[in-house]
Amino acid sequence: MIGFENVRKEYPGGTVAVEDFSLEIASHEAVALVGTSGSGKTTLMRMINRMVDPTAGRVHIDDEDVAAMDPVVLRRSIGYVMQASGLLPHRTVLDNITTVPVLRGTAKGEARERARTLMDTVGLDPDLADRYPAQLSGGQQQRVGVARGLAADPNILLMDEPFGAVDPIVRDELQGELQRLQRELRKTIVFVTHDIDEAFRIGDRVAILRPGGRIAQVGTPQEILADPTDDFVASFVGADRGARTLHVEHVDGRDVVVDADGRAAGVLAGADGRLGDGGAADGDAAAGPGAEALATEERPR
Amino acid sequence: MNENPFLGALDWLADPMRWSGPSGIPVRTAEHLGYTALGVLVAALIAVPVGLYVGHTGRFKGLAVGAAGVARALPTLGLVTLFALLVGIGLTAPLLAFVTLAIPSLLAGAYSAVESADPATVDAARAQGMTEWQILTRVEIPLGMSLLVGGVRGATVQVVATAMLAAYVGSGGLGRYIFQGLGSQDYPQMIAGSLLVIVLALVLDLALLLLQRLTAPRGTVAP
Ligand SMILES: Nc1ncnc2c1ncn2[C@@H]1O[C@H](COP(=O)(O)OP(=O)(O)O)[C@@H](O)[C@H]1O
Ligand SMILES: [Mg+2]
Repeated sequence: MIGFENVRKEYPGGTVAVEDFSLEIASHEAVALVGTSGSGKTTLMRMINRMVDPTAGRVHIDDEDVAAMDPVVLRRSIGYVMQASGLLPHRTVLDNITTVPVLRGTAKGEARERARTLMDTVGLDPDLADRYPAQLSGGQQQRVGVARGLAADPNILLMDEPFGAVDPIVRDELQGELQRLQRELRKTIVFVTHDIDEAFRIGDRVAILRPGGRIAQVGTPQEILADPTDDFVASFVGADRGARTLHVEHVDGRDVVVDADGRAAGVLAGADGRLGDGGAADGDAAAGPGAEALATEERPR
Repeated sequence: MNENPFLGALDWLADPMRWSGPSGIPVRTAEHLGYTALGVLVAALIAVPVGLYVGHTGRFKGLAVGAAGVARALPTLGLVTLFALLVGIGLTAPLLAFVTLAIPSLLAGAYSAVESADPATVDAARAQGMTEWQILTRVEIPLGMSLLVGGVRGATVQVVATAMLAAYVGSGGLGRYIFQGLGSQDYPQMIAGSLLVIVLALVLDLALLLLQRLTAPRGTVAP
């Protein structure tokens, strides 16, 4: 469990990045911090591994104040994945992945063996093991970044816009794989993004931030979509523009869900997962261009 | 002896007698290299740690840059003379001058090496849990190694060209030929001595350039 208690961060020079922020993040929970650039997301996230020390308030992990922990030991126990991958350019993929285990004293051979397993886990071709980061695509670099973050098997994974710099198709793929990974690994994840769709997809809960790290709303994607607290949130999630509104149309005895642009988003199923009236499931009907929207609206969690 | 002093210098160099004995070219070259190495080494022991510290922490940067500038501006012959007056004839005075001469390049090489590392890479290394020392030795120095070697190269070339001044205050090295030639108006010998210094400087420069290329970290240069 990670707890923020009335934390504040004022940088030298007077910028108040975070005014007064409190939030509890449960173990094994994925929380997405989402907000516009400069709203204090990175600052908040970096308080967890003491890359930033709060000016006031405290951050604790499992009831232990991080301020009392040795930052180096703390950081080695927490996975950190950042936007520009942050890989060491002079080290191979395998050596990058083994960075933290080796720092923690794991034998090199053992660390490399585990790194190879992790490459497989994050969907990296084993042939890439001896490449240097500059010889990889952006998507591959981010995969290496994720593998490195997981290498010491941390309980907590911090991800700062990890897929922000890759193209939309690769981003979609990486998001999907992170979801799959999280189902298997059940880490406590703090995921920073400015992309609300990404936040809804990755976060069990989502905290929407205003500038100064002020929480506009925090809740599950369902809660936020169902009941945006104010216009700021409604506008941020696109509810005000109707972008999130889906309509049901009856076609051939089935309930087809249509998005704001009139495109078929999928077929409405009952709470038991069975399709309405029409009987046998028709796979094609659910695979419309906007199927994603349905998944967002009614995610089985 | 040849009329033309340049051809005379070649004759002088071609004389097998010059290539043996305690004042032969091999011994003088070795002395010259020894002074250079000693000067650069002592300077490196001072300047490299300081430069690494300044580069890593960003502290005292203005002071370091200023000190390096002042040291660069000092006239070497004046320094040798001054030190010789202070500590007497012998190797100490020229060595002190060489050290002073070598420090600016080494200092600049060391701190620019560290500074050249991408701040995002350093930040990532810190966030993974590297100690400051590990960041310096495993990230900043390897990434900046060729700049560091560049500093050594600059210092070496400067010192090797100036090391002849050791003979000016009574020590050995290739400067002996030059100052002896100067004393006895033996121009071929003077020119031969100068040629030897020039060749030595070029060879060292090339060798260190090669080393600079070799130490560029893998993965950061096109294969
Ligand atoms: N090291 C720093 N020094 C001074 N100001 C900073 C520093 N880091 C961030 N800030 C400022 O704090 C605010 C919040 O930054 P940040 O936490 O990076 O926001 P976000 O990640 O949401 O974009 C911004 O105004 C930013 O300019
Ligand atoms: Mg940020």
